[in-house]
Amino acid sequence: MKKTILRAVTLALLLLLALLTISPLLFLASGSLTGGGELSKSLGPILYGGDDYAGWKLLPLYPTLRHFVEVLLDSPEFFQMFWNTVKLTAGVLAGQILFATTSAWGLARYRFPGRRQVYLLYIILMMMPFQVTMLSQYLVLDRLGLYDSLWAVIWPGAFSTFSVFLMFRFFEGIPESILEAARIDGAGEFAIFLRLGLPLGAPGILSALVLQFLEMWSMIEQPVTFLKTKSLWPLSLYLPEIGLEQAGLALCASCLAVLPALLVFGIGQEYLEQGIMAAAVKE
Amino acid sequence: MKRSNRKRALWGWLFVLPGFTGVLVFYLVPFLDVVRRSFLNAMGGGFVGVSNYRSVLENEAFRLAARNTLRFALVCLPLLLLLSLVLAVLLQSLLTLPARQHPGILKAARLVKSAYLVPLAVPAASIVLLWRLVFDARGLLNGWIHSLGGEGADWMHTGAAFGVLVFSYLWKNTGYDVVLWLAGLSAVPQELYEAARVDGANRVMCFFKITLPCIRPMAVTIIIISFLNSFKVFREAYLVAGNYPQDNIYLLQHLFNNWFRELSMDKMAAGAVLLSMCILALVLLLEKSWNGAGRE
Repeated sequence: MKKTILRAVTLALLLLLALLTISPLLFLASGSLTGGGELSKSLGPILYGGDDYAGWKLLPLYPTLRHFVEVLLDSPEFFQMFWNTVKLTAGVLAGQILFATTSAWGLARYRFPGRRQVYLLYIILMMMPFQVTMLSQYLVLDRLGLYDSLWAVIWPGAFSTFSVFLMFRFFEGIPESILEAARIDGAGEFAIFLRLGLPLGAPGILSALVLQFLEMWSMIEQPVTFLKTKSLWPLSLYLPEIGLEQAGLALCASCLAVLPALLVFGIGQEYLEQGIMAAAVKE
Repeated sequence: MKRSNRKRALWGWLFVLPGFTGVLVFYLVPFLDVVRRSFLNAMGGGFVGVSNYRSVLENEAFRLAARNTLRFALVCLPLLLLLSLVLAVLLQSLLTLPARQHPGILKAARLVKSAYLVPLAVPAASIVLLWRLVFDARGLLNGWIHSLGGEGADWMHTGAAFGVLVFSYLWKNTGYDVVLWLAGLSAVPQELYEAARVDGANRVMCFFKITLPCIRPMAVTIIIISFLNSFKVFREAYLVAGNYPQDNIYLLQHLFNNWFRELSMDKMAAGAVLLSMCILALVLLLEKSWNGAGRE
């Protein structure tokens, strides 16, 4: 009996905190469905000052999809920025599929001179915050004539060492006997990578891609530094530009920006968790 | 045999080479160039010794930003670690229940874990508007506080901005750390608990005598990863408050951005090298803790 009560209390507490955690999304969703008049009335104190405080109704009196229509049909810049985000994310992920998988495979499955040093270098680079690499990236991008183009964000991202490290952790766990058996059957090294390495290491590759997708989808520092032309900006720079006077529009655009990330999160949550753990726990 | 070994080594390098070339071009070589520049004059490029470093270390803005970044980590890390550990222990106690007898509780517990992870998927840019509405002087939070009879604050334009940033960091990272603690907790051998219970130990004793010592190696890793993640809180700070935020949340990344706009390459170079040294020390510490854990 005492145990049952204890369990119920624990669960209630955890659920309450879970609700608090996702509440910003609930606010976002309800706000995006609220009509313009109702919204400016409840947000009036923030916009025009006064002695009152802003209020918020979780369930709008007159729910409407008008703002969504406005974003989707009447804001060409939203599409432009959405498309930019897609291009940046797709470019980086494609680069990692090419470069990170091969690098990780080479480091995990072969012994060669310099291997340990390369591995350590990758770990060090992976931990460096953007402040450290900002100037060096700028210098090389400027020299290559890539500054202020989408490539300025894509190329450095494609060689991000974090993904190499994550995939390495998973490739490392494949039993050598399987690869040996394939070698005895006469398979070439590259065929082994394609036919055995990629499928067996798929959870690791997916973990890295899910984490990288979420990272790219919300990236701020790189585009702010390397993209001067506004028409190249990703969504993450465009959203804060919308003023509070257009709160309805901004809330809808924010909602639409979260959706793809939530979708990837929903599908890839298992891989996300595996990725978080693999990056921290050494087996 | 010898020949096949050599061939294998060659294959290793072949696999690593394409990616490694990119790392050299975009990260390593330009960073070495930055190290070189940190000893040069910004304009003509004459050798100036450590004077760039001196001017960075004496720079008021650098001191403020470094102090804030460090203070942020010192306030956030204990909070985050404690909060996520408590949540992980509670979750673990539900997740380890026998599935057959408590299918409902188990399902709810998994759902809770997912909910804690959701903020990882929410781009900072999407919540920035909401943060502005909540933390405005006439905003929602003050409205709630007021209706409860309390006195609000001008959250974004006073020292309280620091608190907003701490909240954002906790909101974003708690789920990440809960997953890590859960991994650590599930690695504790169950027999230890059974043996202790036979000897008459209660839950609290079990926690302090068995659980804590067992997850200590994990703690080092979590601390370092959480510290490195704390650099990313700049996103929220930047989006909510722009380039020149309230003094308490002026972080290193703000400073670097401002130097970048002013083209103070010399200061940026010296600052980057200084920061990289600190991070390098941490990474080597992490490496050591990993290797230590492997030996146990």
